[in-house]
Amino acid sequence: MNPLSRRKFLKISGATIAAAAAIGTVSKALDKAETTKHKGIQKIPTFCDICFWKCGAIAYVRDGELWKVEGNPLDPLSKGRLCPRGTGGVGAHYDPDRLRSPLIRTQERGKEMWKEVTWDEALSYIADKMQKIKSQYGPESIAVFSHGIGGNFLKHTLKAYGAINFAAPSFAQCRGPRDVGFRLTYGEDVSSPERTDIKNAQCLVLIGSHLGENMHNTQAQEFAEAVGNDASIIVVDPRFSVAASKAKYYLPIKPGTDLALLLAWMNVIVTENLYDKEYVEKYGFGFEQFKAELLAYTPEWSYPETGIEPKLIRATAREMARYKPATLIHPGRHVNWYGDDAQRSRAIALLNALMGSWGRKGGFYYPVSMDVPGYPYPSYPTPTKDKVDNPDKKYPFAHEAITTGIREATLTGNPYPVKGWFVYATNLIQALPNEEITKQAIQNLDLVVVVDVIPNEIAGWADVVLPESVYLERHDDINVEWFRDSFVGLRQPVVESPHDQKPNWWIAKKLAEKLGLGNYYPWKDVEEYINYRMTAAGLSFDELKKNGIILGTKQPNYFDEGVPAEFQTPSGKIEFYSLQLQQAGFDPVPKYKRPAGGPAGSFRLLYGRAPVHSFSRTQTNRILSDMMPENEVWLNANIAERYSLKSGDYIKLKNQDGVVSNKIKVKATERIRQDCVYMVHGFGHTAKGLKHAFGKGASDSQLLTRFETDPLMGGTGMNMNFVTIEIEA
Amino acid sequence: MARFGMVIDTKKCVGCMDCVVACKTENDVPEAFNRDWIVQDVRGKNPDLHMEIRTERCNHCDNPPCVYCCPTGASHVHDLGGIVLVTHDLCIGCKACLASCPYDTRFIHPEGYADKCTFCVHRVEKGLDPACVSVCPTHCMYFGDLDDPNSQVSKLLTSRKNHSLIPEAGTKPQILYLV
Ligand code: SF4
Ligand code: SF4
Ligand code: SF4
Repeated sequence: MNPLSRRKFLKISGATIAAAAAIGTVSKALDKAETTKHKGIQKIPTFCDICFWKCGAIAYVRDGELWKVEGNPLDPLSKGRLCPRGTGGVGAHYDPDRLRSPLIRTQERGKEMWKEVTWDEALSYIADKMQKIKSQYGPESIAVFSHGIGGNFLKHTLKAYGAINFAAPSFAQCRGPRDVGFRLTYGEDVSSPERTDIKNAQCLVLIGSHLGENMHNTQAQEFAEAVGNDASIIVVDPRFSVAASKAKYYLPIKPGTDLALLLAWMNVIVTENLYDKEYVEKYGFGFEQFKAELLAYTPEWSYPETGIEPKLIRATAREMARYKPATLIHPGRHVNWYGDDAQRSRAIALLNALMGSWGRKGGFYYPVSMDVPGYPYPSYPTPTKDKVDNPDKKYPFAHEAITTGIREATLTGNPYPVKGWFVYATNLIQALPNEEITKQAIQNLDLVVVVDVIPNEIAGWADVVLPESVYLERHDDINVEWFRDSFVGLRQPVVESPHDQKPNWWIAKKLAEKLGLGNYYPWKDVEEYINYRMTAAGLSFDELKKNGIILGTKQPNYFDEGVPAEFQTPSGKIEFYSLQLQQAGFDPVPKYKRPAGGPAGSFRLLYGRAPVHSFSRTQTNRILSDMMPENEVWLNANIAERYSLKSGDYIKLKNQDGVVSNKIKVKATERIRQDCVYMVHGFGHTAKGLKHAFGKGASDSQLLTRFETDPLMGGTGMNMNFVTIEIEA
Repeated sequence: MARFGMVIDTKKCVGCMDCVVACKTENDVPEAFNRDWIVQDVRGKNPDLHMEIRTERCNHCDNPPCVYCCPTGASHVHDLGGIVLVTHDLCIGCKACLASCPYDTRFIHPEGYADKCTFCVHRVEKGLDPACVSVCPTHCMYFGDLDDPNSQVSKLLTSRKNHSLIPEAGTKPQILYLV
């Protein structure tokens, strides 16, 4: 065998030579004198950051250069196997499009014109602006958007400064409605990683959730395990997803009508007495009122809405009941679809309650965690204002901050002006619906700081861009996970950053010092911080460095293993009928409302995930982009024929507000209904610095000009956009 | 003597491409080339659809036309388990093997030689599974000795319905797909 060396690989890869020059050095965390002459293979445990799942990984360094990343067999999340994005994580380190040094804007925002500056200049500039904002408007006027564990230290600095407005798109643009729906029912979230006991489910129901394309590792692994165990799989999706191809029952539902199906399923289960009576009697509240409301929702009522035949609705309801309580109706993750999402999620929670699956094997387990104390910092300043995102509790059941609420406040200056945005590792231009509103809001800011690894669209609107080391080059806070098994995971550097990138803990600490808040960082470096926490927990940091993972002791996960069946709801029970919803003026039992349709001849735009990309963050990763360089628009084969289109042709899409997409390849397929089109999110980049991804595929976000806000929690339902086909000249 | 092959459970495969990515990093496969790939084989009309998802690569055929047609002996059958390999130094890049392979598995490496899946022979020599098999998050790929009736691969083949690709080509592929 004569494998190509890494250096050759990079040369062949074209534009990557500049990046290659700076690699080949080994982690600071290792003894430099020894490792600079290190030949052969080193294996260093860490955890992945290509998405937020935080899988335990082992990075291989070959002759001092990063070679590959595998799963850490000790890790309960990955069980030794990463998802494709994690395996391709190497490409994040070698990405030639990475941010290299701190940048300060030289022309108007959005023009992406900067000058390279030193860290000291960049941080002084930021600190200066922050002090001005504080004295003029108060520290509450700086808002922070942050995604993932890497934001912990920056959030700490901003809290020390007095900021109170912290939000992540993961709530109002992703899983928020689900967590609200489940809280209203069980008093608890589904949380992340989801507490779904997929591997033990005997019947698994997926509603729009495309596991296998959506590769949250543990979920996808357990899904395959359930398939291998011959679990009965029911998939509800306008698109014949990968999951649908594994299903016993595939229900090609009309988009937007899922709640009508859920109500009909519950109608069948209740009227045919198929529910878990003992469980419902013991733990349920308001079942009789709930039952009375359901009686109207027969499968025959549901049929014209959903397009799913009554006999199929009955058959699938009975199938679910056959396997209860090991029947898991998966709550999904990205569920901001139609603006009724919290109520739809509540219906899913209720259907699970009828199956008796919450707290039971094959349903929803109770996650556990290790007790690792935080670092004893000085207390943060007392705020003088309320948070800005949800004035007067307009959305009474939002239990996290609403990104789009902060955007609204920034735009209007109400309830008080927002003058600064800190954006950590989230590409707000593509993450929030209607990017024009985001850009307008930005006009009102005195300071925009973006901390990221690549120059995404949002960086183009920043005053200061700070280049972060990628996860393989840095420490982060330890991961004290809530999962089926308890454990602590360590992220530690494997190789050095190729240019002037810095780890976020360093950035956060330096910024605090510039702001005169050095007392909030009593530790010298992040290792001292981690060591403190580990020691306080009675755990060994050395062991963690060596193995990457320390496992806790086995704790009960189910009611029958000794988890107390306690529900943090007002009634202390599972709320079939919700008085708190009723008191707030909402439906105590979810009601179906047909979502608004689009103009004649248009198609509802649906979007989802691909297994080889994370959001809009991986399209310049040369390994992952090689797997999928652009997205395609799925068109039903008959529709494609009507337009004389075949797979591979390029078209543009025009939405109801006249927004035209970049050109996108057609996938003409039987695998989608005729009333909708589908594309994978994250493509169609317009940021010039993303050289490898620029202009490839189309951006769904650009077409999401309309959204329907969830009245319970402020989430933005984004499947409310319709497109027509524009044939390329 | 061992006869190495793969048994792949199409029921569990989700087509995630982790196997493709892992091959790429393990073997430094250059950008724009892949030694393995995913096929989604869709049959039927909406909504009555069936889809088989397959991870495909060189079948390490027991009757390999690519070896027979090679003018220099670069393409050969390795002693270890009948793995079909290319000796880079002997290969003149004439593409005869590319033309003879019914599965279109080969490409000319930018350095000039014919390249394709090696079953990760460098790993197999150490007793490890090929990279694709070892990373697959769904555990749907199995590697082993098809001649050993007690191997896991042989047992899977006797217990489950399976098929190979283009059997009519007569190449005797050593990758079998469980349905
Ligand atoms: S799910 Fe994949 S990308 Fe996300 S942390 Fe795990 S291996 Fe990395
Ligand atoms: S890694 Fe496994 S599940 Fe993913 S495509 Fe390859 S064989 Fe299929
Ligand atoms: S699959 Fe093609 S390259 Fe591989 S052994 Fe068979 S004929 Fe040769």
